[in-house]
Amino acid sequence: MDTKILETDGETLLTAVRELLAAKGLVTNAEISERIAITDAANPGQGARMVAKAWTDASYRALMLSDGTKAAEELGIPMRGAPPLGVLENTAELHHLVVCTLCSCYPRAVLGYPPFWFKSAAYRARAVRDPRGTIAEWGTVLPDGVKVRVVDSTADYRWMVLPLRPAGTETWSEDQLASIVREGDMIGVTVPVAGV
Amino acid sequence: MIFAPGTRVRVKDDWPETRGPVHLRTPHYLRGMQGTVMRQLGTYPNPEDLAFARPAANRALYHVEFDQPAVWQEGRRGDELLVEIYEQWLEPV
Repeated sequence: MDTKILETDGETLLTAVRELLAAKGLVTNAEISERIAITDAANPGQGARMVAKAWTDASYRALMLSDGTKAAEELGIPMRGAPPLGVLENTAELHHLVVCTLCSCYPRAVLGYPPFWFKSAAYRARAVRDPRGTIAEWGTVLPDGVKVRVVDSTADYRWMVLPLRPAGTETWSEDQLASIVREGDMIGVTVPVAGV
Repeated sequence: MIFAPGTRVRVKDDWPETRGPVHLRTPHYLRGMQGTVMRQLGTYPNPEDLAFARPAANRALYHVEFDQPAVWQEGRRGDELLVEIYEQWLEPV
């Protein structure tokens, strides 16, 4: 019952703000609808396509590491109005883990809405303090000699991880590769494995 | 102040939230900590002003690397933290 009342209040407020923005000529209802459609359409499959292309195309990989926004746009992912996208390259010696300790900054344009735990106080507090213990909750244990770099997304950039291509995928097509790349692989709590 | 990559810097040990309403993008756990500038990430309107609809001057944003175990007094030797910090929060060591 309470939830219903809150929803109704929220809808009323949204309508009022939309009408006010339109009346002041700041933004049209059509522009708002377009933005909502773009946000709803974004999902981890977009980031996975970028990762798969980077694994199979060295020049795309170089572009992606130097300018994530351009690399996303090259695959038709709408980036207009989105914060700049940075891409963190995992190597045999270095593993990246992304967190936003201050709030919930997330590369929504390429990964969609964040998973619920990404916004939880527990993940945000623990990822910077005990990154190895945190990713062990997902069963991720890094080989000896791999350094962890936690990227705390505090300001204007948004960050995604370019994971290591798993062994056993040498003959795979780009589509096959994209199909095994999960949301968590691009945050750094998991790593892609062949045959998931 | 411009910080070249490799410059050792300290995050100011300042707590503006004790003096009034603020919007800050500098995490508590890094105040007073030393790190190394990796690179500049461009300039952006200062979010500390933007949040209050004040005129916001462009400020340089840096990617600064910290020794993770040194910050938390726990963790694996060699692990790192990489954090976006605005220029007004950094001072040379």
